[in-house]
Amino acid sequence: MSKQDNKNDVPTTGHSWDGIEEFDNPMPRWWLWTFYACIVWAIGYTIAYPAWPMIKSATPGLLGFSTRAQVETQISDAELANAVINDQLATVELTEISADPELLGYAKNKGAAVFRTWCAQCHGSGAAGVQANGYPNLLDNDWLWGGAIDDIHTTITHGIRNTADEDARFSQMPAFGEILEPTDIHAVANYVMSLSGEAQDSSVVEAGATVFMDNCSACHAEDGTGDRFQGAPNLTDAIWLYGNGYDNIVKQISVARNGVMPNWNTRLDEAEIRAVATYVHSLGGGEATE
Amino acid sequence: MGILDKHKAIETNATLLLILSFLVVTIGGLVQIVPLFYLDNTIEKVEGVRPYSPLELAGRDIYIREGCYVCHSQMIRPMRDEVERYGHYSLAAESMYDHPFQWGSKRTGPDLARVGGRYSDEWHVDHLRNPQSVVPESVMPKYGFLERKMIEGEYIQDLMKTHKFVGVPYTDEMIEAGRDDFMAQADPDSDYDALLERYPGAQVRNFDAQPGISEADALIAYLQILGTMVDFSTFEPDASR
Repeated sequence: MSKQDNKNDVPTTGHSWDGIEEFDNPMPRWWLWTFYACIVWAIGYTIAYPAWPMIKSATPGLLGFSTRAQVETQISDAELANAVINDQLATVELTEISADPELLGYAKNKGAAVFRTWCAQCHGSGAAGVQANGYPNLLDNDWLWGGAIDDIHTTITHGIRNTADEDARFSQMPAFGEILEPTDIHAVANYVMSLSGEAQDSSVVEAGATVFMDNCSACHAEDGTGDRFQGAPNLTDAIWLYGNGYDNIVKQISVARNGVMPNWNTRLDEAEIRAVATYVHSLGGGEATE
Repeated sequence: MGILDKHKAIETNATLLLILSFLVVTIGGLVQIVPLFYLDNTIEKVEGVRPYSPLELAGRDIYIREGCYVCHSQMIRPMRDEVERYGHYSLAAESMYDHPFQWGSKRTGPDLARVGGRYSDEWHVDHLRNPQSVVPESVMPKYGFLERKMIEGEYIQDLMKTHKFVGVPYTDEMIEAGRDDFMAQADPDSDYDALLERYPGAQVRNFDAQPGISEADALIAYLQILGTMVDFSTFEPDASR
């Protein structure tokens, strides 16, 4: 800035850098006062909130604020706000949940949140499961242990084939690779494929039927439609737990993978279990209670 | 004006300006950092936290080597949404034997501070092999090579000594038995009583269900212990925090 711009005779700072001087214009008032206000605010803040480190601990602050107390309050507030409806959900007859639109809506939303936190890891965020890995699809109407609300509730509460809960649903398919001859396994695999109309070697289907009656029909039923009391899958439909096709079926017959589901009664409360049971029941395959 | 006139001497001497700026920044840093080393409530004392067992420590090294921390934090913040999703908020004591720590808030993947016991070993094997097979929307790369890479723990004692050097209370006995414990934890048929005495709550299994000790064994052993050391049913939060 050149000298002639200095119409108001503002003094310079007195510094000179290679002949360049600087006017000593005052700060804008609004800026200065905001600055002072910030300083006052900061001092007040360190008095009100935990701040200054002392000898053994920091000053606790006049407001007694603590993040831990805050999160505890937030959680208990949320619990309190939902206490009445959670209590209702936990005590009402399972089959009555769907009769009350408000309770049903709450249970489905709460259940969806529980599902995404605890169930989506195996059953998928959209509940479609993972066929080849033996995580069942929950969207269809093909149920291993039953699709009525009380069946689903029991499965979630106690789990399947876990060692933590003695009421867990239990059944065990034997590894037929150690029991049957390879030719028998070949035959019965083709028979099983013929049940859903995809046999690849029809010459052995008849022999396979005999093997099936002798070894498999006790659980999977004589017509191959399975048995929900034993969690034995229906073999006549196009839905497979460990994948379809000859190789997958032979593998399952030979090594017999038996999927495990944890019991949720130690991690979720009754209202949460009922909520997620309602949610799963509502996904499309839910059956009426007989 | 006195001292205020002297600043010209500082402003015209780059070296002096640098030295004095450094001093001012140092004071600011010291005031913020030093109290954390002597205040009692920086790391509150809780029951149950122990140094990692040799196999878990090897798994932790693999975790760091593969850069898992780039997408996964291990720090549950005290907020309702995090507590509801991940479990009890993390305590400083739970990561007091972590060198380096794994805190953060960059979560391309979920927080892993309490992943222990949340999934089965089989799930972890499936997921490491092909994350999209269990989580279709996942962007995690495949780590199937871990289960094919065998490890024998030949450097585990050196690793434990290094951790001892930076303050982890490994005893001489622990380091002495380091390699035996490393082998024992991945073999359910081993004699692992001494291991459990040294590292209470350590889980002894063949984590990847395949013969030998692979990197996947070590990594899963580490993941399965995360966040499980403190029993929160008996935990009383310190009111001063």
